[in-house]
Amino acid sequence: MNSQLQEIREQAMKRLSQADTLDLLNDVRVAFLGKKGELTAVLKGMKNISPEERPAFGQMVNDTRAAIEKQIEETKKKLEEKALECQLAAEEIDVTLPAKKNPVGHRHPNQIAQEEVERIFIGMGYEVIEGPEIEYDKYNFELLNIPANHPAKDEQDTFYITKDIVLRTQTSPVQARVMQQGKLPIRMISPGRVFRSDEVDATHSPSFHQIEGLVIDKDITFADLKGTLEEFAKKLFGEETKTKFRPHHFPFTEPSAEVDVSCFKCGGKGCRFCKGSGWIEILGCGMVHPHVLEMCGIDPEEYTGFAFGVGLERIALLRYEIDDMRLLYENDERFLKQF
Amino acid sequence: MNTTYSWIKAYVPDLDVTAQEYTDAMTLTGTKVEGFVKADADLDKIVIGQIKEIERHPDADKLLICQVDIGSEIIQIVTGAPNVNVGDKVPVVLDGGRVAGGHDGKLTPGGIEIKKGKLRGIESNGMLCSIEELGSSRELYPEAPENGIYIFQEDVQVGSSAVHELGLDDVNFEYEITSNRVDCFSVIGIAREAAATFRKQFVPPVVTATGNDEDVHDYVKVTVKDPDLCSRYTARVVKNIHIAPSPKWMQRRLASAGIRPINNLVDITNYVMEEFGQPMHAFDYDQLAGHEIVVRRAGNGEKFTTLDGQERTMDENVLMICDGEKAVGIAGIMGGENSMITDDVKTMLFEAACFDGTNIRLSSKRIGLRTDASAKFEKGLDPNNAEAAMNRACQLIEELGAGEVVGGMVDVYSAKKEPVRVTFEPEKINALLGTNLSKEEMLGYLESVELAYDAQTNEIVAPTFRHDIFRTADLAEEVARFYGYDNIPVTLPKGGATTGGKSFKMQIEQIAREVARYNGFSQGMSYSFESPKVFDKLSLPEDAPERTAIKISNPLGEDFSIMRTISLNGMLSSLAFNYNHRNKNVRLFELGNIYLPKSLPLTELPDERMQFTLGMYGEGDFFSMKGVVEEFLEHVGITGRKTYDTEQKKPFLHPGRQARILSGDAVLGYLGEVHPRTAAAYGIGEKAYVAVIDMPVVVSMASFDIKYNGIARFPAVTRDISMLVPKSVKAGQIEDLLWQRGGKLLESVDLFDVYEGIQVKPGYKSMAYKLVLRSAERTLEDADINGVMKKVWNGLEHMGIEIRS
Repeated sequence: MNSQLQEIREQAMKRLSQADTLDLLNDVRVAFLGKKGELTAVLKGMKNISPEERPAFGQMVNDTRAAIEKQIEETKKKLEEKALECQLAAEEIDVTLPAKKNPVGHRHPNQIAQEEVERIFIGMGYEVIEGPEIEYDKYNFELLNIPANHPAKDEQDTFYITKDIVLRTQTSPVQARVMQQGKLPIRMISPGRVFRSDEVDATHSPSFHQIEGLVIDKDITFADLKGTLEEFAKKLFGEETKTKFRPHHFPFTEPSAEVDVSCFKCGGKGCRFCKGSGWIEILGCGMVHPHVLEMCGIDPEEYTGFAFGVGLERIALLRYEIDDMRLLYENDERFLKQF
Repeated sequence: MNTTYSWIKAYVPDLDVTAQEYTDAMTLTGTKVEGFVKADADLDKIVIGQIKEIERHPDADKLLICQVDIGSEIIQIVTGAPNVNVGDKVPVVLDGGRVAGGHDGKLTPGGIEIKKGKLRGIESNGMLCSIEELGSSRELYPEAPENGIYIFQEDVQVGSSAVHELGLDDVNFEYEITSNRVDCFSVIGIAREAAATFRKQFVPPVVTATGNDEDVHDYVKVTVKDPDLCSRYTARVVKNIHIAPSPKWMQRRLASAGIRPINNLVDITNYVMEEFGQPMHAFDYDQLAGHEIVVRRAGNGEKFTTLDGQERTMDENVLMICDGEKAVGIAGIMGGENSMITDDVKTMLFEAACFDGTNIRLSSKRIGLRTDASAKFEKGLDPNNAEAAMNRACQLIEELGAGEVVGGMVDVYSAKKEPVRVTFEPEKINALLGTNLSKEEMLGYLESVELAYDAQTNEIVAPTFRHDIFRTADLAEEVARFYGYDNIPVTLPKGGATTGGKSFKMQIEQIAREVARYNGFSQGMSYSFESPKVFDKLSLPEDAPERTAIKISNPLGEDFSIMRTISLNGMLSSLAFNYNHRNKNVRLFELGNIYLPKSLPLTELPDERMQFTLGMYGEGDFFSMKGVVEEFLEHVGITGRKTYDTEQKKPFLHPGRQARILSGDAVLGYLGEVHPRTAAAYGIGEKAYVAVIDMPVVVSMASFDIKYNGIARFPAVTRDISMLVPKSVKAGQIEDLLWQRGGKLLESVDLFDVYEGIQVKPGYKSMAYKLVLRSAERTLEDADINGVMKKVWNGLEHMGIEIRS
C-alpha cells in the first residue's frame, strides 16, 4: 500500500510538472483527487486494512493528498500568472496612436478678453452690471454732458431709431443708470455691445464691445484712478507692464486721460507692433465730471469718482495679434478653433 | 491741426528741443502730437552755389557744363537743365549728398544719393537741383520754374545751406486737438501750450494800431439781423489795394504749413487764419450794393453762387452775408462769386466774425460744402479773437504795403463774452487729484497758460479763448497736466469693501457657454442689425410677428437696416460661411440679443431678449442637438420633464423634424432640422440642425437650489416592456402614459430599443422600454409590481399598442 501511495504521488507530481494549461491541471486533479480518482480509490480500499493500521494509513493518504493539492495550488498559481502574462502581452497597444477626444468648442476671442477683464475687476470688488443696447438719447448723451447738437451726436457716428432713441454708442450710459439708482458707493463694470456708424473694414466695425468702469465713493482721487488702472494693466498684460497717462478730453470726465501701456511685444523698446513708440493706447478714463454727478443726483461736494472705458476688440486684436477685425464676426471655425 | 517747429519758435524764441522731445513733452501736457515730418529728412549736403561759367557739352546737345562757386571752391557740374545762366544762384547737392526725389516730383523714400561721376565723358561733381528734387513743389514755391533748376531770386550767401534758405530745415507736427480746446486750432494757441510745457517765455505777435484818419463808419454800415447765429461781426476797409506776391518770409511760412502762396491779400488771410485760428473773408467793396452788410438767414430755396462758380440751394437755417440788395456770401462757409476779390480790386472790406458753431456745422453739411473756414467756425470760436485777428490782418496789410487801411472798425457785438471766474480752492484740487501741491505751485501752472489769479476775490480768471474752464475740476486738470500726470501718486481706492460679482442672468449665460463648449460648439458673434430680406430668406409669412422689426433711421445700408427679431439669420449665415469654406463638422453657438418693439414707431425701449442659439452640420443629428439643450436645462436647475410640441411649425425648419421645447407650460425655445429650402437659400449643402433657447424664460425658471434626497435604501425592480407600436404613436405619448400610470413607484423610464423594418408588421414599429420601480419606504413585493404593470399594459393597449412581453 505504501509503495502504491508513493507511486501515485510520484505519478501525480510528474503529470503536474507536465501540465502547462489550467485545463490539463484540472485533468490531473480529477485523475488523482476526483471522486473516481486514484487516491479516492486507494481510500476506498481502506476497508481491507486492519483497524489498527487504518489511522496510520489514513494519515499517509492524507499526506499524499495534501502534497498533491499543494502542488496543484502552486502549479495553478504559476499557470494563472503565466496566463495573465500572455493576456497582457497580447493586449499590448501602440500608445502613440491618436487620442480619442470629445471635441470641445472654443471661446470667442472677445469672450476671453471680457472674462479676463471681469475676473480682474470682480477680484477688486466690482459688480458686473448690464444695460440696454437700444438706449435713450438721454442716457447715451445728455446725462453724460453731451448736449443737443454736440458733434459727437452727429449722424455720422450714431445710429438713430427715433429722435430720442439710439443704438448706444458707448457703454457709458450704464454709468448714468447706476448712478441714478442712488445706491452708494458704486464699484461696477459694464461690458456690452455698442454701435457706431462705421463701414466694415479691417479696423472698423459698426458693432463692437466695450467695458465701462465706474467707482463713486467719498474721497476718490485721480491717484486712485491711476492705481486701479495700473493694477488692471499689470494683471491683464503682465506684472512688468508700465502705464502712461496722457491728458485727453471726454465730456463726462474732468480731468480726463488716455492710457497707454508699454508694448507687450517688445517691452517698450519699440517694434512694428507699437509702431516704434513702445506704447500702445488701450483706454480712456477720468474723474467723473461734477456736472454728470449732479445730473444723476449725486452731490459732487460729497462724492467723487472715476470712470474708464476699454474696447474689448482692441484688447482681443492686440493680445492675439489678429490683423483683421472682420474675422471676429465671420465665425469661421478655422479662426475660432485657434482660441 | 499742423504747425511747423519754426512757426512755434517764432512765438517761443527760447524753445530748443528735438522733434522727438517736443512730441513727447507736448503729448504729456495734453497737446497730443500724432507724428512729425522733417522736410529735410532726405536732404543732405545741399548748398547755394553760383554759376560762374557755362559751356556746351561737346558730345551731348542737351547737356551743359557749369563751373559753380560753392563758397569754398569752384566745382564742375554737368546739368541737363535748360534754364540756368551765368550768375544764377542755385541749390547744389554735393558729392555724397542726398536729394528727396526726381525732378518729376516723385519722392524716393530715404532719398537718392548723388555721387560724382562722368556724364558722357565729362566729370560732374554734384547736381543742380529743382524744387521737386528738394522734396517740395511749385505749388508751395510758385517762383520755381517749370522743369528747371530752382533759382534764388533774393540776395543769398553762396556756400550757405540751400535747405535753410528755402525753409526746408523745418519739422511739421501733426496734432490731435480735442474738441474742448478750440484755441489750439491756431499756431498761437499751440505756441502758448509749448511755452507752458517747456517753461519758456511766450512771445505772441504784437498787434499795433492801424488805419488812416478816415472813419470806416463812413464807408460801411453793418446790420446783424440774426444775432443768435452771429455773436459778433467786425469789418474794416482797405483802399488803394496793391496786389502783389507776399514777401518770401510769409511765403515760406505758409509753404512750411502746406499752404500755397497766392498773393499778398490771400496770403494775409490764410496767415492770420493759421496764426489766430480766425477765418476772415475779403469782399470787393465796390461790388457791395449800398456799401452795406446785412447778416440774415437765407430764404428757403434761395439760390446762391459761391466763388467756386457752383450754384447752391439754401434753406432758412443757413446764415447769409448780404449787401443792400443781394447775398454776397454764405456766412462762415464760402464767399460769393459776385463779390470776390479779383486782380482789379481797388477797395476791399475785411470781415472777421463769430458765427454759431453748430449752425455752421449743420449748414455746411446740408449744403454739402465744408471749407477750411467752416471747419474752424464749427468748433465755436471766441468772439474776442475776431477783433485781434482783424487788427493783425490790417497790420500785415500795412507792413506788406498791400493797401491803405481805413481808420476804425465796425463792430456789431451784442452780448460781449466775459471771462469766466472760478473760485480758487487749492485744497479741493489736491483732494480731487490725490496730490499735496502748494497754492503757489498751482498758481504757477495756471498762470503759465494765462489763467490769471485775482487775489482780491480769490478767483481764477479764465481768458475767453478758453471754452473749457468753469469749475474746480477744470482747474484741477490744468494743474495736473503741467504738474505731470506721471507725477501724481498711485493709490487704490479706500472706503468700504464691496462684494463684486455677476448677476444671476450672467451666471446662467456662463453655464450656457460651458455646456455648449463641452459639447463641441464654438462661440460665434453676429451683428445685431440685418436686412429685412432675411424674413423672406427664412420663409416667414407676411403676417409673422418677426417681421415687426425696429428700423434704424440712418443705417449703413439696407443690409444693416433693421434690428434683428430672430437670431437664426446670423447662425445660418455663419454655418453657410463655414460650409462654403469646406469646414467639416461645424458646431457654433451664439449668445446675443434680439430686439422686440413694444410698439412702432418706438416710444419706449424695446424688449431685448437674449437668445442662446446653437447650430451645427456634419456629425450628429436632431437628437444630438436635443441632448445639448436638455443638458443645458438640467445644468441650470430646470430638471423636470421637458415636453416637445410639434404642432406649431416654423417655416424654416423641416416640418417633420422640429419641436417647441416646453417645461410645463413655459416655452423655452425650439429646435429642429433646417428646412432644405432654407438651407438652400443660405447655401448650406448638408443637413443642418439648430436650436434657439429664449434665455429670459430660462433665467426666470432656473435655480441653483439643490436639496439632497438621500440614497435609496430599498432595492429597485426593473421590468422590460417590449411592444409593437402603431407608427403614428410618438415616444413622448408613450412616456406620458408610463409616467401617468406608473405613479409614485416609477423611478425611471428608458427607451432601449426602437426598430422599424421588414421583421415588424407593416404600419408598426417595435419599441422596448426598461422601467425601474422602487419605493422609498419598503421592498416592493410582486403584488405591487404587478399592479403597476397591469395599469401600464392596459393603458398601452388602449393606444393600440401590442405588448409582446
